[in-house]
Amino acid sequence: MPARLSELSDEYNVTQDTFSSLLLDPELPCPKGLVSPSGKVDVKRFSVYRNNVVVGLTGAIADIFPAIQRLLGEEAFMSLARLFVADNPPTSPLMFQYGSGFAAFLEAFEPLKDYPYLGDVARIERLWLDCFHAADAEPIAPDALSAFPPESLGDLVFEPHPAACLFSSQYAAVSIFSANRQGASMEGINPAAPEDCLISRPDAQVDVRHIPQAATVFFQTLFDGQTLGEAANAASSQDPEFDISMAISTMLEAGVFTSCKLINEEPGSTGQ
Amino acid sequence: MLNATPRPIPADHEYLAECSVPARAGAGLNGQHVDDILSDDYKMGFFEVHAENYMGEGGLPHQALTQIRNNFPITVHGVGLSIGSERGLDEDHIERLAKVVDRYQPGIVSEHLAWSTHDNHYYNDLLPVPYDQATLDRVVSHIGQVQDRLKRPILLENPSTYVAFEQSTMSETDFITEIARRAGCGLLLDINNVFVSATNHKYSPEKYLSEFPLGHVGEIHLAGHAEDKDDDGETLLIDAHDRPVADEVWKLYQDVVTQMGPIPTLIEWDNDVPEWHILRREVKIAEAILDVVPEHPLLGERHASAAE
Repeated sequence: MPARLSELSDEYNVTQDTFSSLLLDPELPCPKGLVSPSGKVDVKRFSVYRNNVVVGLTGAIADIFPAIQRLLGEEAFMSLARLFVADNPPTSPLMFQYGSGFAAFLEAFEPLKDYPYLGDVARIERLWLDCFHAADAEPIAPDALSAFPPESLGDLVFEPHPAACLFSSQYAAVSIFSANRQGASMEGINPAAPEDCLISRPDAQVDVRHIPQAATVFFQTLFDGQTLGEAANAASSQDPEFDISMAISTMLEAGVFTSCKLINEEPGSTGQ
Repeated sequence: MLNATPRPIPADHEYLAECSVPARAGAGLNGQHVDDILSDDYKMGFFEVHAENYMGEGGLPHQALTQIRNNFPITVHGVGLSIGSERGLDEDHIERLAKVVDRYQPGIVSEHLAWSTHDNHYYNDLLPVPYDQATLDRVVSHIGQVQDRLKRPILLENPSTYVAFEQSTMSETDFITEIARRAGCGLLLDINNVFVSATNHKYSPEKYLSEFPLGHVGEIHLAGHAEDKDDDGETLLIDAHDRPVADEVWKLYQDVVTQMGPIPTLIEWDNDVPEWHILRREVKIAEAILDVVPEHPLLGERHASAAE
């Protein structure tokens, strides 16, 4: 008994629910109701969309994580990227924000368990791109601190640059990131040595620099709005050898802050 | 013309170059070409950017585009609005587009007859819509929503497609004509898409173009395509944007501009991006065609006589 015409036409209406549910898995059938000129459902034709989506999204992952691609080799990387995109399509049309789950995906991927640093290398690559696109702001001038009486420097507080951030790894993720971004050898890197980095954009170029753990404490304390004196104390209690003059020159070179003022000063009277 | 309405420039975004896009050839902007473009003695008519690439807060992309914008008019081509979406448009994304448009004062803003987002997932591809009444009503309403926010008409681009919907009740040209009429938008005629879709669905590209409402067209796109086969072994063209424009597409372009007169024409080459001089060569071919077409052809008459 043939179905009524209206039922037939409903069956062959391809909604975006149907289309998208069949898009990311090549094992699934093609939607009924999408046809070639011969009137048939044509797998090859629907596969063009499947292929465009997979190639587009894996290409975006490859663009965002070049160091991971170099570490894994192109073939293994692209297989992993295909697995990742199938389960984690982007949630925004801004492709430069894609891939925030890739680090955790690498860590959870059983065959990569002997390379536990991969997740943190991917996190640094993701932060690199956030830094690249962050808002523009003028960093404080190299001589900004000389505007203040030396005895008051401990009372300075700083406004972070929108592109600046910190990252700490249990592994040598910073050295591994840098070597693979530069196409250099990994020789001499002990992956098990913990490393921290400061990521910033002093000019238009992103700068990822390896810093001592005490310097991370120093910058984090300043990011939290505490004074230079408090930051120096916090860093020194982490490491008695903490070198404050080195940390301050890193801060100025790397453009970590956009303004500074004495903590009791009225807003607006900055020391730039 | 739709594209010839310069808008007042807010004081904080003044550029040295004009807003309005000349009836010349231009190229899609690739970041890697910026230095070559700025140092080149040849100044093309305009550059087109994908809106989504400039939706970040700051940094190098905006620095580069500001330099380009100070030297050239630009057009903004959105790829992420998902105009054909069954679930409505993302207001936040419309706001982001409005911000790019306000910041860079493009002479033309365009989007696609397609969808790319569903249930909060973005597929980064231009997916097809059926040509039926419900889709028509929805697309018209979505274009209205965008134009109301941008306070200017947009151009809607005809798609390249690989499958046809059995549920379609009208031709693509009837569908697009009706959208332009009801939404009050302009059209972006992608002649490579016409050739790709015509080949894939076995109709005549000349007939398609004779039925296309050329009077609404504010910009033309040209690009290269790849060739494949479908399950029946029939030719299946893919809109690849990774090579020079095909001879058949140049021929169709020549016919269209002979009917329409000179019009802003863009070469899209955004995959396997070549060196600047190779892209420039394609732009110069289009420019040479535009140089010799009559300024004010009698569109109606030629249009009718071109229909076979």
